[in-house]
Amino acid sequence: MFLINCPYCGERDQSEFVSGGEAHIARPKQPTELNDDQWAEYLFMRKNIKGIQFERWNHAHGCRKWFNVARDTSNDKIEKIYKMGEQPPKL
Amino acid sequence: MSKNLRINNKQFVDETRKLSFIFNGKKLYGYKGDTLASALLSNDIHLVGRSFKYHRPRGIMTSGSEEPNAILQIGNDDALTDPNVRATEIELYDGLICNSQNCWPSVKFDIGGINNFLSPLLPAGFYYKTFMWPASFWEKYEYFIRKSAGLGKSPKKQDPDMYDHRYMHCDILIVGGGVSGLIAAKIASDDNKKVLLLEDKELLGGSLIYDDNDISKIDNQKSSEWLKKLIENIKNDKNIIIKTRTSLAAYHNYNFLLARQNLTDHLSVNDRSNKIRQRLYKIRAKKVIIATGAIERPQVFHNNDRPGIMLASAVKKYIDYYGVRCGLENVIFTNNDSAYETALSLYKSGTKLNAIIDIRDNSSSEIVNKVKSLGIQIYWNHTVVNTKGYKRINKITIMKLNDKGNDVVGKKIELNCDCLAISGGWTPMVHLFTQSGGKLKFDNKDNIFVPDKTNLNQLSIGSAKGDFELDDVLKNSIKDTKKFLQIENSNFDKIDVKCSKEKEKKNIWLLPSDKPLSKTKPFLDYQNDSTAKDIKLALREGFKSIEHVKRYTTTGMGTDQGKLANMHALGIVADTTNTNMGDLGTTTFRPPYTPLTFGTIVGRNVGQFFDIFRKTPIHDWHVDNNAKFENVGQWKRAWYYPKDGESMHDAVQRESKAARESSGILDASTLGKIDIQGTDANEFLNRIYTNAWSKLQIGKCRYGLMLNEDGMVYDDGVTTKLGENHYLMTTTTGGAANVMSKLEDYLQTEWPELDVFLTSVTDHYATASVCGPNAKKIINKIFKNLDLSDESFPHMSFKEVKLDNINCRIMRISFTGELSYEINVEASYGKYIWEKCIGAGKEFNITPYGTETMHLLRAEKGFIIVGQDTDGTMTPVDLQMDWIISKKKYDFIGKRSLYRSDTIREDRKQLVGLLTDDPNEILEEGAQIVKDENKKPVNMLGHVTSSYFSPTLKKSIALAVLKEGKKLKGQKLLVPMIDKTIKVTVSDTVFLDKENERING
Repeated sequence: MFLINCPYCGERDQSEFVSGGEAHIARPKQPTELNDDQWAEYLFMRKNIKGIQFERWNHAHGCRKWFNVARDTSNDKIEKIYKMGEQPPKL
Repeated sequence: MSKNLRINNKQFVDETRKLSFIFNGKKLYGYKGDTLASALLSNDIHLVGRSFKYHRPRGIMTSGSEEPNAILQIGNDDALTDPNVRATEIELYDGLICNSQNCWPSVKFDIGGINNFLSPLLPAGFYYKTFMWPASFWEKYEYFIRKSAGLGKSPKKQDPDMYDHRYMHCDILIVGGGVSGLIAAKIASDDNKKVLLLEDKELLGGSLIYDDNDISKIDNQKSSEWLKKLIENIKNDKNIIIKTRTSLAAYHNYNFLLARQNLTDHLSVNDRSNKIRQRLYKIRAKKVIIATGAIERPQVFHNNDRPGIMLASAVKKYIDYYGVRCGLENVIFTNNDSAYETALSLYKSGTKLNAIIDIRDNSSSEIVNKVKSLGIQIYWNHTVVNTKGYKRINKITIMKLNDKGNDVVGKKIELNCDCLAISGGWTPMVHLFTQSGGKLKFDNKDNIFVPDKTNLNQLSIGSAKGDFELDDVLKNSIKDTKKFLQIENSNFDKIDVKCSKEKEKKNIWLLPSDKPLSKTKPFLDYQNDSTAKDIKLALREGFKSIEHVKRYTTTGMGTDQGKLANMHALGIVADTTNTNMGDLGTTTFRPPYTPLTFGTIVGRNVGQFFDIFRKTPIHDWHVDNNAKFENVGQWKRAWYYPKDGESMHDAVQRESKAARESSGILDASTLGKIDIQGTDANEFLNRIYTNAWSKLQIGKCRYGLMLNEDGMVYDDGVTTKLGENHYLMTTTTGGAANVMSKLEDYLQTEWPELDVFLTSVTDHYATASVCGPNAKKIINKIFKNLDLSDESFPHMSFKEVKLDNINCRIMRISFTGELSYEINVEASYGKYIWEKCIGAGKEFNITPYGTETMHLLRAEKGFIIVGQDTDGTMTPVDLQMDWIISKKKYDFIGKRSLYRSDTIREDRKQLVGLLTDDPNEILEEGAQIVKDENKKPVNMLGHVTSSYFSPTLKKSIALAVLKEGKKLKGQKLLVPMIDKTIKVTVSDTVFLDKENERING
């Protein structure tokens, strides 16, 4: 059970949060311009790496804010938490 | 008690408090402070169970949680009985009733014992190999295997006990109240840390507290005396919270740990009423110190499983702590110095010790020299090659080892023995460390795995990290704890420790016998009856990974989780395959460390607290009016209101007829409601719904369909424009929370530039929906000044009015196809407005109807229910709802996916209506639809999603999803059932009032 440091509320138990999958996948501004492959890339393709992964988390049972988490999937260690709109840290 | 097995004047057992208990129907006595195991042993009872596979007689072997044999059924009550309880862990209480498991008719005469003689026919993997074919016979085999498998009996009735959960937080969590844990607790407390100390026994002190030898000294005092002073000190320490009878069950990531405390299991049954039985602590610790100690290993030799064969440390504890002799003709069999402490305890208590057999050539340590000086016979470089005695050991045969230690030489020597104390060295309890994700390393000197790398803020100390001698234990615990807590000095820095030091070490994982291995039974896992032979067989048959060997032989898979067996299994695999044990790795240690009761895991979340449920403000009225309820998400919704013994079918027919012919009323409070405000609210709706919202005027309502980005229907509902930048959205009952978080997600992450605010107001409003041809008359009676004409208040519009100073939002919207008004009021007025409607509607036979009738009424109109007629694979086009997809809008969620190659396929499953040829035949929801049931394999075309008997149409109607359904209208198809085949015709999805005339009453 993780301990997650919500950038708005502080450290809280994982049970207050939901994970929203991989971060930094922006919705295309002009979907109609994309062919099927390009759209499928946005829609379906997600990384599943061993190591540092950038993820979206939501403090669902708290402030309801979304934020980003850099997590090492090999040991679940959270390396960095940063707000929506910020660039991923270099780790 | 014929034999004199009790030694008097023991400080830990209160001989003034005699307790009676019943074992296998026989009344016996013990004392307060005894465990069930020590009480049985004091009554000269070793034989307590039968082994799992061969049904061999088995006796108490240990004095702790590693016990593989003495697992008993406690209690004889159908509700309170507890299976698989370790006799070594349960404290004796007055009136305890226990029975042996896995034997019939009795533990002394067990018919299953015949398996012992059949054992050559029952090698490892026997069940896997034998019952595989013919596959169709499995059901027959299973019946018999199930009967002979399993150890205890589970309770048959609901558990009447109370359990509890509690969160705890601390700076330092210390697991284990032995000497290392106590020292660490004191050091941490002196540094002003908040310490939580857990000990699974009833008393602190571990094994040192009953240590009675004169060689070990701390600060020139007897080590146990020194420890008692430390314990007194710690008990008065305000920084230290001590929880005894509390065992750590699981160590998870981020220093989150679960511990179980026994609160009443040691009390007599009469003293337990109204008390919490067990409590589960959910602990979040800044730092964790593991001081769980070590477990003694047995030795692996032929017939090493007879009752009376016990761990040397257990024999010592029974004497020094409980004052119980385990036998009167003792022999010790060891490969290390620690068993010589048992020899001294036996000697001091005046218990006969016939001999010590040591596989080493010699030992010159202080403690061994002392035993030598007492004149006890020691057989150096010898091993036990066989034991005798079916229900209790009575003789052992020993022989000399050869130089390599892989065979025996010389003459057999036979020794009398009713208790054989064995020791094969010690294994650190690294279970918690590995559960937490820590990696182990192998220590070749002591043949043990010790903690190595961890990502967590934790430390292992004492024998849990591989220190076994008192001076190492104390000095390293002090040093490591100081470093871990970043402390310069402690009150223990000048500690002076004296103890015997072991110099000679020797270890043989599988001891040789004069018989070939195939003729012997050297047990590794006592509970699962796996022997060294089974390990070798698994290796011969090609299993290489230790995980595979474990599963094939079931070594380490009993309730004791291989606490005794695992190291020998690894050692034998390493020896046989010429591998280094360190390269072999270990099997995975999984939580819980010792089994937990289901009650502890569940805590208070039983019965009505199992899951939360939500009630509408009108709920009590439904209850008073005999409603049956249905769970929709967490909501309890009125399902139907049976009258005078009506069946559900009859009630639904009556309710829906009333709604169509006069008036009905539905509690629609559970629909999700989201208040949307902001200057970009309209733009936001345009982006999330498939249809256009730009032209919606204030006071008007619109139905919207929401897709996922993959183009599949996600939710639907009516949204009303309350003001210029103010909307009220409704969602499905079950989807409300998900819709809310999905919309928040888009607002926060994709479109943060939009000025939109969302508030969930589901619970803030109650909704009464009045429908039917007489609905307008009823509403008119309540709201006398409200103009209900179609010109002023048309379908899909909204009015805000006051009634008795209550603000009412009335929407003229319809999910039934009838003229319909939904009155929304603040939740606290919900029941009031409902009763107003009921009163006003009385003359029109206003009929409350539930969700079942609602489903029927909307199905007659062909309205979908998201989640019933859709399943996350249906696009609006599949639903024949092309009309709701805006052609003008550049983008909305899911738009691009509506023309992916897959979503434009014409042979997708599409929503259609179905009419049965026999109008009285009602289809089953979920039933498959086929064209030809003779051609195998039968081609499944789709399935029924909604099905009802319509009293208005006087026939059965159904909705279904069907491959290429749009093209199949008018086609005859089949719905095969288990006992018949139903003929159906594909139809339009709208069955009633295709012209939408009823909407105006």
